[in-house]
Amino acid sequence: MPPRDGRSLWDAVRAAGALAERALWGAEASVRLGELVGGSSLGGRLEELRGRSVLVATRDQLTAALALIELDGVARRLVLCPPDLPRKVAPFVMATAAVDAVVSDRAALEAGSVGTVVTCSARLAPADSARTGPHHTEWILLTSGTTGVPKLVVHTLASLAGAINGDRVQTVPAVWSTFYDIRRYGGLQILLRALLGGGSLVLSSAAESTGDFLIRAGARGVTHISGTPSHWRRALMSPSAHRIAPHYVRLSGEIADQAILDHVRACYPGARIAHAFASTEAGVGFAVEDGLAGFPASLLTQRGAEVELKVEEGSLRIRSARTGIRYLGSPGEPLADRDGFVDTGDIVELRGARYHFVGRRGGIINVGGLKVHPEEVEAVINGHPQVQMSVVRTRKNAITGALVVADVVLRTAPDSAETGRVAELEREILQRCRDALSRHKVPAAIRFVRFLGVAGTGKVVRQHA
Amino acid sequence: MSVRASVLAQFERVAQEQKKTLAPLTDDLVLLESGLDSLCLAIIVAQLEDALGVDPFSAAEDAEFPVTLGDFIELYEHAAP
Repeated sequence: MPPRDGRSLWDAVRAAGALAERALWGAEASVRLGELVGGSSLGGRLEELRGRSVLVATRDQLTAALALIELDGVARRLVLCPPDLPRKVAPFVMATAAVDAVVSDRAALEAGSVGTVVTCSARLAPADSARTGPHHTEWILLTSGTTGVPKLVVHTLASLAGAINGDRVQTVPAVWSTFYDIRRYGGLQILLRALLGGGSLVLSSAAESTGDFLIRAGARGVTHISGTPSHWRRALMSPSAHRIAPHYVRLSGEIADQAILDHVRACYPGARIAHAFASTEAGVGFAVEDGLAGFPASLLTQRGAEVELKVEEGSLRIRSARTGIRYLGSPGEPLADRDGFVDTGDIVELRGARYHFVGRRGGIINVGGLKVHPEEVEAVINGHPQVQMSVVRTRKNAITGALVVADVVLRTAPDSAETGRVAELEREILQRCRDALSRHKVPAAIRFVRFLGVAGTGKVVRQHA
Repeated sequence: MSVRASVLAQFERVAQEQKKTLAPLTDDLVLLESGLDSLCLAIIVAQLEDALGVDPFSAAEDAEFPVTLGDFIELYEHAAP
């Protein structure tokens, strides 16, 4: 159940009961929730973090989960640092969120201007601090922005847990797992489902292969498991796919096409298979369990629903108590419109009685669940002295849903005799991209073209979706 | 170049580009243990579509996901125009 107003995460975890039987299982270490009654991951230093804006920057997901459980209600603000946050943007994030304390599981954190650094460990120390209030802690999640600098989205435990109400009547406690990292919205949802719903959780690890993770989750008797369609495509390519026998499989974070829904159904014929729409900004919109791609148009006209959906200018918009509250540090940029609807930027198309996702506004590319803003990649390509302009597009892909590709216009087109020079330029441009961008943002292919379409607005014509 | 040779060439090329250590390419090699991650496999699928003019993953929705390199090559051999 979602926590009632004012209750902290730890209060809600305790209220869900059976602490001694429930656990968070990491790849390297595990903690029974009962151990947190008299134990702390923060080495007895919880009081130092009371009222602070705390960056939770751990290497390990388990230590992050423990810190979140202990700090909700105690810290003023919890900033969830995703594992791949580029070092160069960390100062921006810390300044924007007014971070004045860091929780880390690294022995020596890189020296910064932050006063308090608390080490977090899965080896619990005796604790006697009260984990109750008084703070209504802000949870800050990071999402990608157009310029490569992340946006900071403010949530509360109540907004994050707003979609968690079902799955109450269970004879066997759920063992949740997720391919996601819990510092991302999709993974955090699963952590909270396990914690608030009386279940346990098997955490994934970046250092572990898909096969090993599936074996570990299977050994813990996983009943509920979530991931992006790309995570699932990878799982289904593993000989260990049958080491789990889940009752419930959830797909979110990318378009779930009919093929992947059918593949998952064929692999786990006994499971309920849900595909959900959720984003860091819009929260959980809906989950559909009918096994069909897209979602019923009737979801838009449900009266008195907790989540209101509408389609305007082609994109899905969502209003609910589960959406983010605001962006931190971007006063000029409202997260929702005046009526409280969040524009998801996901373009949908009505076919019969069902809406289907067809792509993203602004050409944002979703590579295996990771967003790519074309502008960021174009800026890097355009930095090459021989490049006049470029446009970065999506290319459909069966493994990651989409890949990034680029059309490039050169300042002086090499004539056809200079194929060697073209290959050399391609290598140089790709090297630039590899030096400056995360791997999923580097174009998988570059096509040299003579010109690009330019619209009346003076902007390059993008082929949406 | 045969379909098999094209597939193997793409594995080698992408592994080199992405600085991944490739396991010996035998038919019973499990793809997820090849040293390549999803992004690498995605790039291979895209480049094979350009080279062979076919994407068996999108063509046959009921096709099973390949587990081994042998499965993967077979998928392309059956799909090749």
